[in-house]
Amino acid sequence: MLSQIDPKEPRGSRIIVTVIGPDRVGIIAGVAQVLASNKINILDISQTILQEFLVMIMVADMSGSTVDLLTLKDSLDKKGLDLGVRIEALHEDAFNFMHRI
Amino acid sequence: MFTFQEILETIKMVQEENLDIRTITMGISLRDCADPNPAKARQKIYDKITRLAGNLVRTGENIEREYGLPIVNKRISVTPIALVAESSSLDHYVDFARTLDDAAAAVGVNFIGGFSTLVHKGFTKADKNLINSIPEALSCTGRVCSSVNVATTRAGINMDAVYLMGQVIKKTAEKTAEKDGIGCAKLVVFANVPGDNPFMAGAFHGIGEPECVINVGVSGPGVVKNAVDTVKDEDFGTLAETVKKTAFKITRMGELVGRTAARMLDVPFGIVDISLAPTPAIGDSVADILESMGLERCGTHGTTAALALLNDAVKKGGAMASSYVGGLSGAFIPVSEDAGMIRAAEAGALTLDKLEAMTCVCSVGLDMIAVPGDTTAETIAAIIADEAAIGMINKKTTAVRLIPAVGKKVGDYVEFGGLLGRAPVIPVKPYSSSDFVRRGGRIPAPIQSLTN
Repeated sequence: MLSQIDPKEPRGSRIIVTVIGPDRVGIIAGVAQVLASNKINILDISQTILQEFLVMIMVADMSGSTVDLLTLKDSLDKKGLDLGVRIEALHEDAFNFMHRI
Repeated sequence: MFTFQEILETIKMVQEENLDIRTITMGISLRDCADPNPAKARQKIYDKITRLAGNLVRTGENIEREYGLPIVNKRISVTPIALVAESSSLDHYVDFARTLDDAAAAVGVNFIGGFSTLVHKGFTKADKNLINSIPEALSCTGRVCSSVNVATTRAGINMDAVYLMGQVIKKTAEKTAEKDGIGCAKLVVFANVPGDNPFMAGAFHGIGEPECVINVGVSGPGVVKNAVDTVKDEDFGTLAETVKKTAFKITRMGELVGRTAARMLDVPFGIVDISLAPTPAIGDSVADILESMGLERCGTHGTTAALALLNDAVKKGGAMASSYVGGLSGAFIPVSEDAGMIRAAEAGALTLDKLEAMTCVCSVGLDMIAVPGDTTAETIAAIIADEAAIGMINKKTTAVRLIPAVGKKVGDYVEFGGLLGRAPVIPVKPYSSSDFVRRGGRIPAPIQSLTN
């Protein structure tokens, strides 16, 4: 799962997008559409259902992106409101630094 | 490779537990700005700050953009102004404070620290000039923060300075009375002050620091509280271990941001200050952590022990996580800035005496505490002397940031809003310390052996 992220690699342009909320039709499509419209490539998707909640984690590459992460977060927030879920996007280094020495 | 759990843990910290980078503080040496002509000196100061810190705010915002981590404040600390203004012909330094205020406004930072001086062993003329300028400087500027170091473990306590600061705090409160004495929220009296602290109001760019440096302050009481909640019925070893691991993770974020900011601004990376700095926001409280450990109200018996465990575990976790830990590193206990502390003070559980005991084991001191408006300068000086004695004997930083609430009495409130919050006025002892603080001179430095 999510094996494409190797913490030893030099800092790149990958981000991790998480979606948490009640499952419904169109969540993956909705998030993917926001990413695609900003030219952000999805590298990996993993999801699970915890109780009745959908938890989805996407790894995406922003190297060709037309926007920066803060702008992307705004668009994802808006999409999250439409879909009734919470969407968060963080740079992979945030996870590297916190969980790997 | 990350597990689901690791990813969700980080997300939860940012989304629900108020994990943030509290401040990126750029330290700037102003020693080369000294000039016999005060107008020239002030021009040099303004030019240097705006040149070096011109990109500070934008860089902070860029890091937020790149990493998605919130960075709450971008700030500046400078060489203690008494050192820079000393060679000028003035005997009044308010104009220097105005220059700092203008420079801070020009680069868009909310606070600039360094209207400061160190007088733990005695005053120069400039030190006196600066201290006497503090009340007006803090009332006519909005962004300038001031600090005065009155004691060290090696030099003892300058009781003349302690008494003078009691008077300065009173005057500052009176000059800013229409805003509940907000000037006093920007004035800290220290013992054993560190020169690399990125947190306001006590930040300044110390002697021995480089030309320019980036220091980072991380926070996250909410994250620690939720971690403590997960080990509710476990023993103290498990509790300490949990806090340590959490502090480690929080500090790593500071390390990431500090290194990135230093690289982007092309200045050396100084330190990460891993301090649990509360804000008035719900869930961002140090008192809540102590209560989660099993105390009904912060301030009750056991609070000092709980705080000692917390402070030490935070330091241990933080020290492991960063290559350079410095500043104040530990837990702050500002009353007005912490919803749980306010609640405890309102309930009468948290008193000035208990707060004083807590400062023996926390990272700083009596912080953001409102006292009745009729508290005398001598009583305030005596409170400072007590705090300085704790710092001096225990070889730790202590500080006093008291707000005499002009025209108010016990039970009334001072309201600052924003990060500075609100505080109930709490009682001080009615008995006089006047003859004691008026003696003058110094309390000698303590012996460093025969400890018990």
